[in-house]
Amino acid sequence: MVNTGDILETIKMIQEENLDIRTITMGISLIDCIDPDIDKACEKVYKKITSYAKNLVKVGEEIEKEYGIPIINKRISVTPIAIISAASKGNPVKFALALEKAAIDCNVNFIGGYSALVQKGFSVGDKELILSIPEALSKTERVCASVNIGSTKAGINLDACKLMGQIVRKTSEITADRNCLGSAKLVVFCNAPEDNPFMAGAFHGVGEPECVINVGVSGPGVVKAAIAKAPEANITEIADIIKKTAFKITRMGQLVGTEASKRLGVPFGIVDLSLAPTPAVGDSVAHILEEMGLEKCGTHGTTATLAILNDAVKKGGVMASSKVGGLSGAFIPVTEDAGMIDAARCEALLLEKLEAMTAVCSVGLDMIVIPGETPAETISAIIADEAAIGMVNSKTTAVRVIPAIGKKEGEELNFGGLLGYGPIMKVNSHSSAKFINRGGQIPAPMQSLKN
Amino acid sequence: MRAIITVIGKDQVGIVAKISTICAKYDANILDINQTLLQEIFTMTMLIDIKNISKELGVLKEELEEVGKEMELKIHVMHEDIFNSMHRI
Repeated sequence: MVNTGDILETIKMIQEENLDIRTITMGISLIDCIDPDIDKACEKVYKKITSYAKNLVKVGEEIEKEYGIPIINKRISVTPIAIISAASKGNPVKFALALEKAAIDCNVNFIGGYSALVQKGFSVGDKELILSIPEALSKTERVCASVNIGSTKAGINLDACKLMGQIVRKTSEITADRNCLGSAKLVVFCNAPEDNPFMAGAFHGVGEPECVINVGVSGPGVVKAAIAKAPEANITEIADIIKKTAFKITRMGQLVGTEASKRLGVPFGIVDLSLAPTPAVGDSVAHILEEMGLEKCGTHGTTATLAILNDAVKKGGVMASSKVGGLSGAFIPVTEDAGMIDAARCEALLLEKLEAMTAVCSVGLDMIVIPGETPAETISAIIADEAAIGMVNSKTTAVRVIPAIGKKEGEELNFGGLLGYGPIMKVNSHSSAKFINRGGQIPAPMQSLKN
Repeated sequence: MRAIITVIGKDQVGIVAKISTICAKYDANILDINQTLLQEIFTMTMLIDIKNISKELGVLKEELEEVGKEMELKIHVMHEDIFNSMHRI
């Protein structure tokens, strides 16, 4: 039998340190739902999703009960809808409504894939879909949208950057009566991964199989508790502790993923080795950095500690799983992390520092509330900056900012639930409009002479 | 298919008896018991065979948790695979 100490350690991780499986996400290809008649296409989309995912929540709950591990979310990701809607004439919002209905009937809390990939330019359907995002997100609750506007191979589509700045603003405006919730479900990517199980950026890439199960694990609390046990350790030892902890967390994800795929009769895709925080106390990535020795997250040393954390999580996780993918690393969503919220409130954590942190973390500027009067061009420029970091460093970066319509810097916005709450952060007030309005394509970067 | 029952709490008369009675009620065979007493904190881990149990594991789990509440003990039932995957390569 496994020794008592190990058993108690696992139970403590789950009971006290918030270890959980953050999400089981079923990826479904909708390519065969393409139809010139938009209503027929939507019906096919609805039928396909509900037939493939009808048992997803039930199986998730069974595993949860049997294994004693909390599985927080069961979700669905689909082929980027721009590819499907391109063949049909009509308003792409119909697809969003079909996705919403499927999500409700499958009882999943989010469905991702109202997406377009435009890193090198717009093809038929892309622009229509992007322009419909504000309406789609205002008429649905569970649908998530994402747009990939850049990649290391293609460069950055500055026209798309410009457009997305406007779309983010418009989405916030149209959902202003609901705390601007719409833009919390909209991500702009550079180098978007095709197998990401996490929302709001999940979609089922075109290179993916027909149907697949991807799993996202989580456990910032576990990592923090492990570091807290070694107050005198040097940073090499800290990196080692994180690796070992990440290993254990990932093994659990691998087990749940394999079991879910077996029970659903769907191939197992990947484990996303991520530390995803929630606003709950004891579930914060910022607190890990503070446990490593920072007075407040956001101060000097934050980028270095985050780099150590991100790298060690990957090293530990890779060994623990047969297939790793998605975003894999530490997330830094401001409103979803109790420590980040605190740090932003006392202005220890500023937008500029967050941008630096995204150069070493797994995602990007995530869940950041900005003043309602921020011009669309400034949002576009924030997106362009972030995409440039991703493009040059061959990594995924993303922007999910929420312009708080009608509110100013220093006030707060509360979304409730997993999306959290947070202060409105200061944005540089000098204009970037001329740069953004130039349009065109930022050329792809050199892959040699790396300095 | 095996599961591990862990019981943590204040030592008192009848812990093992109550737990094993429930196991017997659902035809869960006890394969191994490990118990220690650390500063009056009772810690027991019990390995049970759940291949031929008469009801779902969830039912057994709920009844054990009920007993846990009555006796002020923390009782968890988890699949053995969790511990094996986390602690063994």
